[in-house]
Amino acid sequence: MLQPYLPLVFMFLLAGAFALFSVTAAPYIGPRRYNRAKLDAYECGIEPSPAPIVGGGRMPVAYYLTAMLFILFDIEMVFLYPFAVSADKLGLFGLVEIALFVATVGFAYAYVWRRGGLDWN
Amino acid sequence: MTFLAQVELIKPPEIEYSAIAPVLIVLGAACVSVLFEAFLPKHQRWAAQVVLTMLTFIGAGTALGLYAGAETTTAQGITTLSGAVAVDRPVIFLWVTLLLLGFGSILLIADRSVEPGGAFVADAAVRPGTVQDRAQATRTGMQTEVFPLTLFALAGMMVFVAANDLLTMFIALEVLSLPLYLMCGLARRRRLLSQEAAVKYFLLGAFASAFFLYGLALLYGYAGSVKLADIATATAGSDKSDTLLFAGFGLLVVGLLFKASVGPFHAWTPDVYQGAPTPITAFMAACTKVAAFGGILRVLTVAFERTNWEWRGVLWGVAVASMVIGAVLGLTQTDVKRMVAYSSVAHAGFLLIGSISLTEQGLSGTLFYLLAYGFTTIAVFGVISLVRNADGEATHLSQWAGLAKRSPVLAGVFTFLLLALAGIPLTSGFVGKFVVFAAAIQDGLAPLVVVALVASAVAAFFYLRVIVLMYFSEPAPDGPTVTVPGAFTTIAITVGAAVTLVLGVWPSFALDWAGAGGFIF
Repeated sequence: MLQPYLPLVFMFLLAGAFALFSVTAAPYIGPRRYNRAKLDAYECGIEPSPAPIVGGGRMPVAYYLTAMLFILFDIEMVFLYPFAVSADKLGLFGLVEIALFVATVGFAYAYVWRRGGLDWN
Repeated sequence: MTFLAQVELIKPPEIEYSAIAPVLIVLGAACVSVLFEAFLPKHQRWAAQVVLTMLTFIGAGTALGLYAGAETTTAQGITTLSGAVAVDRPVIFLWVTLLLLGFGSILLIADRSVEPGGAFVADAAVRPGTVQDRAQATRTGMQTEVFPLTLFALAGMMVFVAANDLLTMFIALEVLSLPLYLMCGLARRRRLLSQEAAVKYFLLGAFASAFFLYGLALLYGYAGSVKLADIATATAGSDKSDTLLFAGFGLLVVGLLFKASVGPFHAWTPDVYQGAPTPITAFMAACTKVAAFGGILRVLTVAFERTNWEWRGVLWGVAVASMVIGAVLGLTQTDVKRMVAYSSVAHAGFLLIGSISLTEQGLSGTLFYLLAYGFTTIAVFGVISLVRNADGEATHLSQWAGLAKRSPVLAGVFTFLLLALAGIPLTSGFVGKFVVFAAAIQDGLAPLVVVALVASAVAAFFYLRVIVLMYFSEPAPDGPTVTVPGAFTTIAITVGAAVTLVLGVWPSFALDWAGAGGFIF
């Protein structure tokens, strides 16, 4: 009964083995070039504020608004793709439903836009 | 094109729009309310939101009345949206209850006369204690986002009590919870306490949701379906894993009991009730309780009635724990909001007794209790919001000493409400307890009723202590003053107290209505 899941088990094993291999191999075969940026906190390439000098800088809070908006639209996309694939099968009802869905996300977006959530400063 | 030519149209689910119109109206109004927040200038928002919210309640109430009164719905109810939502007699009762209590809470939320500018801070993102925060304290603006948030939470509650499968129930649980987490952190005064309450509620609530979801997953593994009716069918056979069933049931019920602030899952209740802005506390204490017990009743009755021999003992113990915790810890409280919070934990125990006596009387008794308790609670928090000093609400019990000398009317109303919470005859609290306990005895839960009576007696002591404090102590010279409420709060308190009296004297109408029929699935 669980036979169909066997490839999934192999997938997990493979993933674990790969992670283990990368972690153990990196110190031996990787080059070591230290610099300041490497010791800073990392968040999607945003530069943290300069103080304190190394390792403790903060991320601008505006970044998190952007990140949250990104997730909002990311999830919208997650729903839009399956809809687009089966739009024919879903017919008019599906179109109306997805329009309503986009509209509700749009309301939230309008709120963020009007309240200055899109201004970086 | 050959492939597309082969595919058949996916059939959309049948939707009975007239049945779910009340929910759609509330949700739609919440969206419009967000647009108001986005596009209206600041000084117009409050008025526009109040008008919109009032119209929403009128609209949803009318839609519900039209549906319930229509000839075609004389049957016991229907399921719609492929069986995801059921609209039956208990659901209509709970929807009416939620709309009425939601309306009462909105009146408290909209009030701006008790606290100049309303109970909500203008800009919750400003850090407490900073220069900007001190500047903000003098302004009378208010975070009008509470209106859309309340509407969203209310719509979530309405779906929650009508949800006929666990997945719909989970979505509804999140829709009702997320706005509440936010609203807890918006208090104008004591902002750190308020933010602490919001964070605690959010973290513990997220845990509880995870429990619910885990239980849902296990039950899906057990029954192969998330529908309550299918789970019930699966429990009839004996070829499935009991481990999955009972592990799933246990986890699911923990999630539900958390929301209902029952027994050992109550730890958030006193902190959140104390820290949240008082109108929001009223909304949570009344409406969330109704929604949570509506969900518990449906899940226990529809999905797990057949297995009740296995789980009843556990919930028996939970009910005892809830009543004992509520009654005993309520005694030690010095803050009136915390005291009412522990009282709500004890009441949750009483409600659980009604919920686990799986009979018609148990169902109608619990529904009636929810209606009665909700109105009393809203009035209680309305009164609490009026007793103030320079720092905001004076919630420490010592500050309530001698309040009857300062304001006999307020002390009289509060006394009546406390007596209702204690369950003294001629109040709705008495009738509610009576019907629930009677149903429990009929269903063989007599020992539980004995515990409940003892717990009621213990709890009555701390209600009476407040009454004695108000009437037989000298008021402190620098004690709090009683604010003269504006129209909104006056209406909320008056209606809450009046319903408490009416349901105590003539309960038969509401009792008949609560007992009009059972769950449809």
